Amino acid sequence: MTPAVIDDTTLYAVLAPFAAALVAPVLTRWFKHNAAWPLALVPGLIFLHFVGFIGPVSQGETFVAAKAWAPSYGINFSVYVDGLSTLFGLLISGIGTFIILYAGGYLKGHPQQGRFFSFLFLFMGAMLGLVLGNNLISLFVFWELTSITSFLLIGFDHLRAASRRAAIQALVVTGGGGLILLAGFILIIAATGEIEMSVLLASPDIIKDTGLYLPIFLLVLGGAFTKSAQFPFHFWLPNAMEAPTPVSAYLHSATMVKAGVYLLMRMHPLLGDTVLWTTVLPLFGGATLLVGTILAIRQTDLKLMLAYTTVASLGLLVMLTGTSYEKALEGAVLYLLAHSLFKGALFMVAGTIDHEAGTRDITKLGGLRGAMPITFAAACLASLSMAGLPPFIGFIAKEILYYGTSDIDALGQLGVMVTIVAVVGNALMLVIAAAVAIRPFLGAQVETPKHAHEGPILLYAGPVVLSVTGIILALIAHTTGVLFIGPTLSSLLGEFTQIDLHLVPTKINAPVILSFVTVGLGIALYTQLDKLRSITASVLQAIGWGPDKGFDQFISGTVRIATVLTRALQTGKMQTYMLLTFVFTALAVLLPGYLTDSFPAMPKMPEYRFYEWGIFLIAVLGLIAVLIAKTRLTAIVSLGIQGFAVALIFMMFGAPDLAFTQFMVETLSVVILALVMTRLNLSPRDHRSVPARVLTGVVAATVGLGLTLTMLAITQQPFDSRLSEFFTEFSRSIAHGRNIVNVILVDFRGFDTLGEIAVVVLAGLCVLALIRIRTRPEPDEDASPDEPNQTQSVEAR
Amino acid sequence: MRTVIFRTIAPYLAALMVLFSIFVLLRGHNEPGGGFIGGLIAASALAIFGIACGVASVRRAIVFHPMGISGFGLFIGALAGVLSFFNNQAFMTSQWLIFDFFGVEVPLSTPLVFDIGVYLVVVGAIGSIALALEEREAD
Repeated sequence: MTPAVIDDTTLYAVLAPFAAALVAPVLTRWFKHNAAWPLALVPGLIFLHFVGFIGPVSQGETFVAAKAWAPSYGINFSVYVDGLSTLFGLLISGIGTFIILYAGGYLKGHPQQGRFFSFLFLFMGAMLGLVLGNNLISLFVFWELTSITSFLLIGFDHLRAASRRAAIQALVVTGGGGLILLAGFILIIAATGEIEMSVLLASPDIIKDTGLYLPIFLLVLGGAFTKSAQFPFHFWLPNAMEAPTPVSAYLHSATMVKAGVYLLMRMHPLLGDTVLWTTVLPLFGGATLLVGTILAIRQTDLKLMLAYTTVASLGLLVMLTGTSYEKALEGAVLYLLAHSLFKGALFMVAGTIDHEAGTRDITKLGGLRGAMPITFAAACLASLSMAGLPPFIGFIAKEILYYGTSDIDALGQLGVMVTIVAVVGNALMLVIAAAVAIRPFLGAQVETPKHAHEGPILLYAGPVVLSVTGIILALIAHTTGVLFIGPTLSSLLGEFTQIDLHLVPTKINAPVILSFVTVGLGIALYTQLDKLRSITASVLQAIGWGPDKGFDQFISGTVRIATVLTRALQTGKMQTYMLLTFVFTALAVLLPGYLTDSFPAMPKMPEYRFYEWGIFLIAVLGLIAVLIAKTRLTAIVSLGIQGFAVALIFMMFGAPDLAFTQFMVETLSVVILALVMTRLNLSPRDHRSVPARVLTGVVAATVGLGLTLTMLAITQQPFDSRLSEFFTEFSRSIAHGRNIVNVILVDFRGFDTLGEIAVVVLAGLCVLALIRIRTRPEPDEDASPDEPNQTQSVEAR
Repeated sequence: MRTVIFRTIAPYLAALMVLFSIFVLLRGHNEPGGGFIGGLIAASALAIFGIACGVASVRRAIVFHPMGISGFGLFIGALAGVLSFFNNQAFMTSQWLIFDFFGVEVPLSTPLVFDIGVYLVVVGAIGSIALALEEREAD
């Protein structure tokens, strides 16, 4: 079905958070932490906007909207609304609403609270742009924007070294993955000629037919795996827990880390259901699931436990997406929804405990149920959903995914493997869920650093609403299936599908038995939790090395290589730099001609008039004067003679603008060089040895020869006059100017000039700084703006 | 270099050069000239004035710091490009305003504003380098 075109409201919905990011600091200055209430309206309204899509999308309709951005490259700011993007849009804006409220309570009185709101909104906008992105390039831009904003959020507490390290680590891993993804996208665009996701999805085999499937698959995976913290890139996510808890609840449970899963699901019709897909994804996903849960057992910090189970859940989602089997995909979608709800709620609970009790170490917590009854209730509801017990959405998700993976007829050996991994993973997940819900709240009251009491409504609104939503969606299972799960599944399969969900299993079959096994295993493991923790701790201790350490080694290795290279290349001696620059210039202009044996023939000397000869003679005399000059100052002034002679030549051969500029540049270079020379405390005479002089002489002559040959070669090419004709024709009629050179500079190619003058300003600033710090001043920089001017004048001639 | 003749002539010479540079700047759209060349002429005027009468008097004469002039030039250069947005056209599409001033046709345009920006950038940047170098010569 071709997508219907809708008005721009959805585009503005994506941009609204960016506008909110601008006003957030001002509102926070006026209303303090209560600014959260008006600010939460923004994601709230976006949520309502997406609610409007639920009806038509569940009927199998899809929508697109676009605004031109760089139309000449086919790059547009465009959105594609279908089941998958609607679900994500609802999650991002819905959970976002409560995160904003929660942030209002959590960072109450923080001096930078306004900035924090800003960052959150920037991230929200980037994430919405990502999941709605239709144009591959704008999707990529938003993808990288989520990495950058998450860098800002993780490093929010920038005075702590651990925060800075975690922020840089997340940026390097996810930003680097984004670049890999860009390569994949460019390959897709190059191979298929299409840039809009909706167009690609309309012909599902378009990529598989190109023969570039393997590189595209690997590159897209590189982006998705780094973003969604798949083993062995999982290490950045737990480290990112250095961020304030609202960030963890938002980015690291419900949204950013799901971006990779989103991409895999979005591309499933295009890349999925191949041998490669059903091998690689389950393998990495399964490994991530097991590694995540095992590492979670080891932790005693509430947030870290949750972070590792997030890694595990992402692994589960990737594993299920990797089966390419309808029922398992349905399980993945359900689990995605369930996980966003319960994990968001649990992170906020962990933050509330930390905020009110002063610690989030489960060995130092206990008996908080009396002091924090509402938080306790929310924690229970969310944990039961996480544990996969009825009547919660997590239970339905687990049932359906078991139903999918245990279908041996459809999946064969893969199914057996995936089911075993899923059962073990889910059992361990239950252990963590129980630990998070029970340890801090039940048992005897433990003395905590702060006197614990219930937080304000800003803090408990989010966990309560999210966990209650988890139970409501399960109770109206059929409606949930029709409105959310079915449409999303349709996006994954690439065809309209309707499903029928039930909370209560209709008969006792494999999934139900597997559920009992999971719960039994989980409870058995929970009783041994402390023993398990010490075992995993000692095993990991024995291994000693992990990807996190590997990252540090990678970074320090890069720095060391850079240091060695810099030491080798940057001698700090101006003469070496100049010599190397000119040697390479000579090579660059001479080697191509030598290798292809295409040196130009010597042209016939035209007839020159006597005064033209006279000027040539002046130029040569100027050069000789440079060579025989006794002092450096004389040499500089003599160089000016040659420069003025060249300017005269320009003048006579019809380039008055160029001549004019050359005069001025020559004058100023002589003045500035002379000024510099007097400042350098050099002896007036040149005391270099004869071999050194010969060497520079040879290099200089070679460069001169090379440039001469290049110029001759260029002039012997047939002259392409299209540009000149264009400028001659339109300079007067379009740009109202007779001086073509100037019209090109300020009008036709004005954008180039804008860049150039920016360079001039910066160069001026740098030179000024160099002079100020009283080291050697650089010679002037006015050659750089001059150069494009010349090329353009030549072009115009 | 500070002969009496040079010191006496230099202020007039510099003033003339600045005047000439503005002439070159404004004629640039139809005759040889333009912001870049004009800016170089004005920068040399500043340099000459500085050599003759000292950097302090140049700084007094131009009131603003030359780098400030340069930055302002970049600002109005960019601003000239933005004006086309109000006509719903792409960045840097030239806008023309031609009106009659007592019988003389006066064309005003965004390329002119842009060229003035180029002029100020060049005067400021090159001038500030020259002045800074001359200043160090004095101490």
